[in-house]
Amino acid sequence: MFASIIASGLAAGAIYALVGVTYNTMFSTSRVMSFTAGQLAMLGGVFGSLFTLKLGMPVLAGFVLTLIGCAIIGIITEFVAVRPVLKSLDQHLYVLSTLALALMIQQVAAIKWGTEPQPFPRLIGLGNGVWDEKFWLPVLACAVTIIALEYLYRRTLVGRAFIAIAEDNFAARALGLPERGLRIASYALAGMVGGIAGYSGGELLLAFFANGALLNFYGFVPVALGGLGSNRGAVIGGLALGLFQQAANFLVGGIFSSVAVFALFIVVLLAKPQGLFGFSTARRV
Amino acid sequence: MTAVAATVARNETTEWRAILLRLVPFALIAAAAMILPFVSNDYWALIGTRAAIYWVLVSGLNLIVGFAGHLAIGYVALLTLGAYTTSVLVAGNVMPEVPVFAALPIAGLVGAIFGVVVGLPALRLRTFYFAMSTRGFATIVAQIALAWQSVTGGGIGIAGPEFPAPFNTAWGFYYLCVAFAALCTWLSANVAHSRFGRALIAIRDAEVAAEATGISKPRMLIAIFLFAGALAAVAGGLFATLQTYITPDAFTFDLSVLFFIAILIGGRGSILGPMLGTIILTILPEVAAPLAAWSTFLYAVLLLVIVLAMPGGIAALLDFRNRRPLASNRAIVPRPAALADIVRKSAGEKSLSLRGLTLSFGNVRAIDNLDLDVKPGEIHGLIGPNGSGKTTTLNVISGYYVARAGTITLGEDVLAQGLPALRARHGIGRTFQTPRVIGEASVLQNVMIGGTIEGQATFIEALLALPRNRRDERMLTDKARALLGVVGLEALAEVRADRLQHSELRFIEIARALMLDPDFLLLDEPAAGLSNQEIERLAALIIAISRRGTGLLLVEHHADLIFDICDSVTVLNLGRILAAGTPAEIRTHKEVVSAYLGG
Repeated sequence: MFASIIASGLAAGAIYALVGVTYNTMFSTSRVMSFTAGQLAMLGGVFGSLFTLKLGMPVLAGFVLTLIGCAIIGIITEFVAVRPVLKSLDQHLYVLSTLALALMIQQVAAIKWGTEPQPFPRLIGLGNGVWDEKFWLPVLACAVTIIALEYLYRRTLVGRAFIAIAEDNFAARALGLPERGLRIASYALAGMVGGIAGYSGGELLLAFFANGALLNFYGFVPVALGGLGSNRGAVIGGLALGLFQQAANFLVGGIFSSVAVFALFIVVLLAKPQGLFGFSTARRV
Repeated sequence: MTAVAATVARNETTEWRAILLRLVPFALIAAAAMILPFVSNDYWALIGTRAAIYWVLVSGLNLIVGFAGHLAIGYVALLTLGAYTTSVLVAGNVMPEVPVFAALPIAGLVGAIFGVVVGLPALRLRTFYFAMSTRGFATIVAQIALAWQSVTGGGIGIAGPEFPAPFNTAWGFYYLCVAFAALCTWLSANVAHSRFGRALIAIRDAEVAAEATGISKPRMLIAIFLFAGALAAVAGGLFATLQTYITPDAFTFDLSVLFFIAILIGGRGSILGPMLGTIILTILPEVAAPLAAWSTFLYAVLLLVIVLAMPGGIAALLDFRNRRPLASNRAIVPRPAALADIVRKSAGEKSLSLRGLTLSFGNVRAIDNLDLDVKPGEIHGLIGPNGSGKTTTLNVISGYYVARAGTITLGEDVLAQGLPALRARHGIGRTFQTPRVIGEASVLQNVMIGGTIEGQATFIEALLALPRNRRDERMLTDKARALLGVVGLEALAEVRADRLQHSELRFIEIARALMLDPDFLLLDEPAAGLSNQEIERLAALIIAISRRGTGLLLVEHHADLIFDICDSVTVLNLGRILAAGTPAEIRTHKEVVSAYLGG
C-alpha cells in the first residue's frame, strides 16, 4: 500500500504542480490569476482522448494537436478575458472575466463531449502495478516541462524577455520589449503546459469535463502555498499536496482528505498570505 | 443658523420625494408578485417561488459581493447547508422531530456561523484567493453531503420539510416565500442605507480612507457574513421544501454562478438591480426552453459581457439622474463662516507631539529622529523636497507605518503605533495626496462616511431601522450637507463622486475629515492641482478650521500658501529636520533657501 500511495501521490502531485506552473506562466506576464488554468488541463485530457481514441490518430499526432488546441485556448484567454481588463487591474475584473471564460469552456465541454468520464488511450503501454505508465508519465512530464522552462527562461532571449516583463513591466517596455506579443506568447505557453498536465495525467484522471474545476482548485493550492509566481514553490507544493492527499485518501477516506487539504490551505494562507516561499508585496499608502 | 435650518427643512421634503421615487420599482415588483397567482398556472408558481427563494439568498449575498466587493462565488454551499439542516431537523432522523417553523431559525443560526467560517479568509485574502477559498468550501460541502449517509441520506437523499396549511399548496407556499423575500429586501435595504452599508462600500473602494475614518473592517465584514449566512441557510430550508426531495445533485455549482451573476448583472451597490437580475436569470432558461442545457453558458456569456461592456450593470442603466450633464463652469465657493454652526469647538488643550521618530524602508532612512509639535488651533506647515519624508510622517501619525523608534503623544497619552482605524477615535482626521474618494457613491454619501463612528445605533438596530438608527442617519445627513456647504459643494451633493473634478475631490476629502470634528487634521498636499483662486479659498477654509481650535499639519509644495497661513513651519530634508520656526525665520533660513526654496 505504501508503494501505491507514493506512486499515485507523486502522479497526482505532478499534475497539480503542472497546473500550478500554468497559473504562474500566465501570471508572470500579466499579473492575472486565471480560472482557465484548470480548464486547460481538463482540455488536455479531452483533446487527447478525442484525437487518439475517437478520431484514431497516431499518439504523437494526437499529442501535438492537443498542445496546439490548448495553446489556442490560452491565446483566446488572453484576447477575451485578460487584455480587455488589464487597464483596470485594481478592480480585479480579471477574476470575473476569466471565471466567465472558464465556465464557458467547461459548459461547452460538458455538452459537446458529455458529462460522463471517458477513457483515455494507453500511450506507450509500459509498466504495470505501481510502475504503470499512468503513474510515472505525469512525473516525467512535470520534470521535462520544468527543465525545458528553466532552459527557456535562463538560456534563450525570449525567456529572458519573459522574466524582464515579469520583474518590471514598465522598465521592460521602456527597453522596447514587445510586451503585448510576449504576453500572448506566454498565454500560448501556459496553454501548452496545461495541456501537458491534462494529457500526461489523462490515464489517471480520464477525459472528464468536471476535472477542470477540480484541478483549478488543487492546482491553485500549491501556487498559493508556494508563493505566487514561484515555479519551484509550485512543484514542491504540488508534490507535497499529492502525497498528502493520497495518503489521507488511503488511510482515512476521500472526504477527510479534501477537508484536510482545504483546512490546510486556509490556515496557511491566513498565517502567511504571501505563501511559504513568496514575498510580501506592495505598499498600501 | 436660521439659514442652515431653512436649507435643512427644504432638503427634507426633497429627500422624502426621492425616497418615494426609489420605492416605486419595488412596489411594482411586489404588485406583480401579488397578481401572478391570478393570471397564471402552477408552473409559474414554481418559477415565482424559486425566484423569491433565490432572492432571499441573493439579498444577503448582495451585501458581500455588491457592497463589500468580496467575490464569494461558492454561496451554494450555504444553501446546501440550510437545506440539509432544515430537512434533517424536520425529518427527525438524528434527533427528535422539530416543527418546520422552529427548524428554519435553527438553520439560519447554523448558516450564520458557517457564513463567518467561509467569510473569515476575506479578512486577509485578496480577491482571487478569496474566490478560490469559497469555491473550495462549496466543493467540500457537496462531498460531505454525499458521504455522510447516516444523516443526509447520501446520494439517495432526504425528503424536504413540509409546511403546515395554508402553506402546503403551491400558491400558499409561493406567498410565504414572497413574504420572506419582501422581509429580506427590507432588511438588506436597511443595512445598505445605513452607515454600515456606506462603510462596506468604503472598505471596497477606498479601504485606506475607510480606516482613517475609524471603520473597522473585521467587525463590518463579520456582521454581514453572519447576516448573509443566515439568509442563505433560510433560503436553503425553503429550497428543500420546494424541491420536496433533496440530493447533493440539486446543489450544483451552477446555482452559485446564478446567484453571483445576478448581483453583477444588477450592479454593485444597488438593491433593485440584483433583484431584477435574480428574476431575469430565474426566468431566462424557462422562456427559452431549448436553451435550458446551455443556461450556465448563457450566464457566463452574460457575465463576460457585463464585465467588459457595462461594469455598472442594470443599476447604472437605470441611474438616469447621473446622466444629466453637470454645469461645466461651476466654481467651488466655500463658506467658512458657516463652520461655526456645525463643527463643535475643540475643547482640548492637548498637543500632538512626535519625539525621536525614526523609520526606515530597507536601508533608506525615510524619517530620522524627527521631533514635531502641533498645538491646538495652530497651522503647522511641513515642507521639503520630494522624498524628504513628509507624507511618510503623516502615515506614521495615522498609523499606516510603525516607526522603528520614537513616540507619538496626544497630550499625556501615548498613541499606539500601527492601528490606523483607531486614530479617528483620538480625533485625528486626514486627507490624502491622491484623493481617496468612493467614485460610485454620491458626494453626500462620501462625506457621511467620515462620520461613521459618530453613529450610536448597533448593526441590529440598523437592520431593523429602529429609531436610534434613523436619528443617526438624520444627524449624519444634516451634518454632511452643512459641511458640503462649508466647503462649497452643496450643489453637487447627489452627484456620483467620480464625475467630479480633481479639485472638487480635494474639498470632499476635507469635508469628510471634518465630519469627525477632528482635534487634529492632517492635510497631504491639499493645494495640489488647484487653481490660484481655489488655493486662496482653501487658505481661508484652513484658517477658519484652525480658529475652531483644530490643530492642522499641512504638507504642501506651494511655498506661498505655507508662508501665508502657517503659524510655524518644519522643513525636512532626507528625513531630517533642516529647520524649524516661524514662516519669517524659515523664509530667510540660508540652508532652506539653497536646498529647497531656491533663490
